[in-house]
Amino acid sequence: MSLVAEFTVDHTAYLDAEGKQVQPLPAALDDQGVLVELLKQMLLARCFDTKAIELQRTGQLGTYASCLGQEAVGVGVGHAMRTEDVLLPAFREHALQLARGVHMTELFLYWGGDERGSDFAVPRQDFPVSITVGGHAPHAAGVALAFKLRGEPRVAVCMFGDGATSKGDVYEAMNLAGVWQLPVVFVVSNNQWAISTPRAEQSAAATLAQKAIAAGFRGEQVDGNDVIAVAHVVGEAMAHARNGKGPRLVECLTYRLGDHTTVDDAARYRSDEEVSRAWHEEPLRRLRSFLTGSGAWGQETEDDWLQRCSDEVNQAVDDYLNLPARAPETLFDCLFETLPEGLVAQQQVVMTGGADDG
Amino acid sequence: MAEHNLLEAVNLALKRAMAEDPRVLVLGEDVGVDGGVFRATDGLLQAYGGNRVFDTPLAETVIAGVAIGLAAQAFRPVAEIQFMGFIYPAIDQLVNHASRLRNRTRGRLSCPMVLRAPYGGGIHAPEHHSESTEAMLAHVPGLRVVIPSSPRRAYGLLLAAIRDPDPVVFLEPKRIYRTFKETLADDGEAWPLDQAEILRPGSDVTLIGWGAMIRECLTAAEQLAADGIEAEVVDVATLAPLDTETILESVQRTGRVVIVHEAAGNAGYGAEIAARIADQGLYDLEAPVRRVTGYDTVMPLPRLEHLYMPNVTRIIDAAQDCLAPA
Repeated sequence: MSLVAEFTVDHTAYLDAEGKQVQPLPAALDDQGVLVELLKQMLLARCFDTKAIELQRTGQLGTYASCLGQEAVGVGVGHAMRTEDVLLPAFREHALQLARGVHMTELFLYWGGDERGSDFAVPRQDFPVSITVGGHAPHAAGVALAFKLRGEPRVAVCMFGDGATSKGDVYEAMNLAGVWQLPVVFVVSNNQWAISTPRAEQSAAATLAQKAIAAGFRGEQVDGNDVIAVAHVVGEAMAHARNGKGPRLVECLTYRLGDHTTVDDAARYRSDEEVSRAWHEEPLRRLRSFLTGSGAWGQETEDDWLQRCSDEVNQAVDDYLNLPARAPETLFDCLFETLPEGLVAQQQVVMTGGADDG
Repeated sequence: MAEHNLLEAVNLALKRAMAEDPRVLVLGEDVGVDGGVFRATDGLLQAYGGNRVFDTPLAETVIAGVAIGLAAQAFRPVAEIQFMGFIYPAIDQLVNHASRLRNRTRGRLSCPMVLRAPYGGGIHAPEHHSESTEAMLAHVPGLRVVIPSSPRRAYGLLLAAIRDPDPVVFLEPKRIYRTFKETLADDGEAWPLDQAEILRPGSDVTLIGWGAMIRECLTAAEQLAADGIEAEVVDVATLAPLDTETILESVQRTGRVVIVHEAAGNAGYGAEIAARIADQGLYDLEAPVRRVTGYDTVMPLPRLEHLYMPNVTRIIDAAQDCLAPA
C-alpha cells in the first residue's frame, strides 16, 4: 500500500471570545484605525438587522433572514474584497452587502417585497441574493471565467451556508472552478444550522473546508466570529485567486443567533443553553473588548457611533417606506428586453386595473 | 449555394456567430476536441481555440450556471446539453435564475445565453434519449423556447437566438439532423424569433406543429391534397412566447385544426395552443380541435417507439375526422 494523497485543514484565529489576542496580528490588520472601522461596520450591520426585524414584526417588512451573530463574516469578507470584485451572496449576508456599498434602503426594499431592492446603485455587477440554496455557486464560476478570459485581476466571491455544502450545485461549481483554475473564492458561513438541521447532520466530514480538497484546491477554516481572521484569510485567498492561482475556499465558523427567518421559531429545535453559549462567542463583544483594552474604543465612542447608525437606519426606513409604489405595468417591463407582442394585451389588463379584480 | 442538413446548419450558425462576435463562447460536454456527440460543434475548437470553446466536466447544472455567470458579465455563451433527457439538473438554473435575472434586478443584470439540446424520438436511441419535454420549458416566464424544423430555419433561428438579449432554449429535433438537406446561404441572416410560419397554404384544415413533426405534417398535407383536402401547415418555431396571431389567422381561414407534437398529450404544449384557439378563435371553428401527440405513457425504448411517435397516418385520420360531416 502506498499513500497517494494527504491533506491538512488549517484553522486560524486571532482573538478569543474574550477579545484576548492569541497570536500576533497580520501586519495589514495590526492597525487600530482599521479594526475600529471593522467594529463600526459590524455595529451598523447589527443596528440594521435589529430594525429589519422590528419592521417585520410591525408589518412593514416581509419575511426576513437575520444576520445576527454573523456580522464578522460579512464585514471581514467585505474588507478583503475590492470594489471591482463581484459578490454572489446567499440571503443572510446583509453585513457584507452593506460593506459592498449596497444601500440600506435597497435591502429594506428587497425584503419588503420589491424587486427594485436588487437594482443596486452600487455595486452594479454584484448579484442579487440567491434564495435557492447554493444555486448561485455555478454563476460565480461563470463570472470568474469572464474575468479570466478578459485577463482582469478581479475575483468572484461566492457566499453560502453550511447547508449549501450538501448541494450538488455547489460541488459542481467548485469542481469546475478547480479544473479551470478560476479566480473565485467560496466562503462558507457555517452558522451551524440549516433551519432545523444541525451541522452534524449536514455532513459527516470533519470540516466543510475539506470539501475543497475533493475539488482540487485549498480549503481552510477560520473563527468566523473573529473579523480579523476572516479578513486576513479571505484576503489571502483573494490574492491567490487574483494572481491567477485558482480558487480557494474559506469556512467561517460562526453561529446563527437568531431564528432562520422571521417565520421560524428556533426554540423548536435547539436549546437555550446552546444559544447562550453562542452569545458568549459572538463577534462584536470580542473586538470591542480588544479595542477597549488598547484604548481605541470606549463607551462614549460607541454611544456616538450607535446614534449615527440609528440615524442612518431610520433615514433608510423613511426612504423605504416613502418610496412611491411601482407602476402596475412594470410587472412586464423587465421580463425580456423588449416585451413580446403577445404579452402587450396582458400588460394592458394590468394597467387598466384588471389586476385588482381578483 | 451549398446544400446542408440541419446538423450542418447548426454548425454553420455557431461558426458564423463566433466569427462575428468575440463574446460568443461555446461550452458543454464533449463539444471541443470531439466536436459534440452529433458533431454540431465540429471544428469550433480548432477555429476559435480553448478560450472560446470549452469542454466542461460532466455536470449539467454548472453548464447552465456558468453560462448565466458569463452572460451576466456580457459574454454570449452557447451551452450544450448533450441530450434533452439530461437537461433536468439544469432546469433549476433556467427556472430560478436565467429566466428571471433581468426582472429581479430590474434590468441591471441580464442573461443573453442560449442552451442548446438535441431532443425528440425516432432515432432508436437508448433510454432517456428520446423524450420531448418542451412544454415544461415553455411554461417558464422569461424563457424563450425555439425549435427549428429544417436546416435553413435552424441556421437562421440559432443566429437569432444567439443575438437575442435574453435566454433562449434551442431544442434541435435530432430525428431530422441528417434526414434531408436544403440549400443554405451562410450569409449571417437571422430568422425572426417569436414568429410562427405558414409553410404551406391551405383552406380546409390547419396542421400545427414544430420540430421533426413538421415533416410529418407536410407529408400528410401532400397526401390529403391527393384527396382534394387543402391543409395549411403552421410551423410554430418559437413555442414561447407564442405567436398566437398567425395561428388564429390560419384558423379563420380553415376553421379546422390539428395540433401535432411528439410529447405526451397531457399538459403538452398543444393544450396551450388549443386553449388559445378556444379563447380567441372559437367562433371560427367548424369542428373540435384535434391533437395528435405521443401517448400519456413513458416514452418507450426503441422496439415500441414506432407506436408512440405521431405519424402521417394519425395526422391524416385526425384531419379527416375534423372534416367529417357532424
